[in-house]
Amino acid sequence: MSSRIPLPYSPKVLELFRNPKNLGRMEDANAVATAGSLACGDMITIYLKIDEERIVDASFESYGCAANIATASLLTEMIKGKSLREAWGISWKQLSDELGGLPPIKYHCGVLAVGALRRAIRAYYRDRVKPDWLPEELTPDERHALEEEELMKILSRRIGGERV
Amino acid sequence: MGKDLLEQLEKVKSLVRAHGGPRREVYLDLENSGLAFEEALAALQEAYRIYGNPSITHRPGWRALEVILEAEVGLMDLIGVSDGEIIFTHNGTEANNLAIMGFAKASRGRRKILVSQIEHLSIKFPAERLQENGFKLVEIPVDEEGFVDLDYLAGQVDGNTLMVSVAAVNHEIGTIQDLKAIAEVVRDKSPEAVIHTDACDALGRIPLDLEKAGVDMASFSGHKAFAPKGVGALYIREGIKIDPILHGQLSSQRLWPGAEDVPAIAGFAKALEILRRSFDECRYKMRRLRDLLINGLLGNIDGVMLNGPKGDRRAPDNANMSFLYCEGEALTVELSLRGVYVSSGSACTSRTLEPSHVLLAIGRPYEIAHGSILMKVSPMHEEEDIKYALEQIPEAVSRIRSISPKVMM
Repeated sequence: MSSRIPLPYSPKVLELFRNPKNLGRMEDANAVATAGSLACGDMITIYLKIDEERIVDASFESYGCAANIATASLLTEMIKGKSLREAWGISWKQLSDELGGLPPIKYHCGVLAVGALRRAIRAYYRDRVKPDWLPEELTPDERHALEEEELMKILSRRIGGERV
Repeated sequence: MGKDLLEQLEKVKSLVRAHGGPRREVYLDLENSGLAFEEALAALQEAYRIYGNPSITHRPGWRALEVILEAEVGLMDLIGVSDGEIIFTHNGTEANNLAIMGFAKASRGRRKILVSQIEHLSIKFPAERLQENGFKLVEIPVDEEGFVDLDYLAGQVDGNTLMVSVAAVNHEIGTIQDLKAIAEVVRDKSPEAVIHTDACDALGRIPLDLEKAGVDMASFSGHKAFAPKGVGALYIREGIKIDPILHGQLSSQRLWPGAEDVPAIAGFAKALEILRRSFDECRYKMRRLRDLLINGLLGNIDGVMLNGPKGDRRAPDNANMSFLYCEGEALTVELSLRGVYVSSGSACTSRTLEPSHVLLAIGRPYEIAHGSILMKVSPMHEEEDIKYALEQIPEAVSRIRSISPKVMM
């Protein structure tokens, strides 16, 4: 690896940033979750419409960089029509590969998107019988999202401050 | 050749292609790489035919030395100093490193280094590194507009203080420090402490009278003074002893070995000549364009704020604005697609997960820092450029906000 710190996006990231798919709040979603925070500078909300354990529709909202937006758009596209179990199995690495490779400093965007999706799936099962494949313990991607949020809570000054 | 390298090259090519041709292009990212005076570019091109190395005794060598001395005279005149020397480096980062590391290396005894909390990373990082060599680093806090806390400074300067470094103009938020007051506070407590200023963002923006202000060392950057890239400079007052931090072939300068970039220095000399000739014209033009930009944005977008001081206490070229609920890196990409080029203090552009240390130091919360963009105008910009930016920025902000979770609004 070169020691240069590159930030080039793949053409696919730029295209999805320009024309994101499945963007916006979903009014009739039956599972919603957010990962990240304003203070992190990265925040993804995933909306799912689930019917008989299958994702029939998905959408997102994102506060974050171009890679964050592209990642969330791609993820919602990938999970439509998938069973919850299949969607649970998607990794940030798969997202990165599909996007033609994220720059290393942007890996956490993929982690955050996966973290939000898994939170939404957990939210769906909160009042339902949990399936065997759903682990009790948080997965590394979920933990990572949580750690980032916790860290920012500690670092961040009072939210608000001077506003015009 | 690595596969990674070729892949990256392909990506970058496609990114550039994907932009197509915007209606107009307005380059406002002068923080990261500047626009140059046309005459300075022409001077650089012409000087490419001066092949000599200024340290050699033949006509081409002396011709090259002439270029360097002309630049030195021009710079000393513009910054108001009459003695001492100018060391030409290849950029401001090198000049700052030479000042901090070179002076610390030459020092015997004193071990305390004071820098403001909002210094450029080419001051902050070398100063932090010196802690490994037994130096003590103290960061001087600033107020919400970026002005250094003089009382705190006075309380920190003592017989162990080696140097104090505060930028004359802050590179991100344009705060114009009172160098004279800083020097007085320092001298009052410790006459031997040396005062350095990173003047990269001050040259060509504010009048500099460094001798009168009591400054001992000052760093400059060519591309921030509308010269071509490839040249920086360090002014060192007579009697200040610095050790070299690079070693090698003799150049005409003991403190910066290696062949000087004579064409870039020729371009710098030309830019300095233009600034000496039309300094007021340049800075008043910048101030007018800056205010057009700042007021245009404050008046036309909700949830927008200016970072740094207002009016005459702010550098005439600097506009640093935060847009709530609008992540800065996404905004730079969106604006790029519209032909307006800016940078952001967001963590996403810093290549770490921390947003701008300057914005955090003036008390901006993380989410305000993440939503910031930095723009600088130059004498090369026209009102039409700013009007185009004012047309594009609100649309870009509103598109990025439309992607953000609505719960935040």
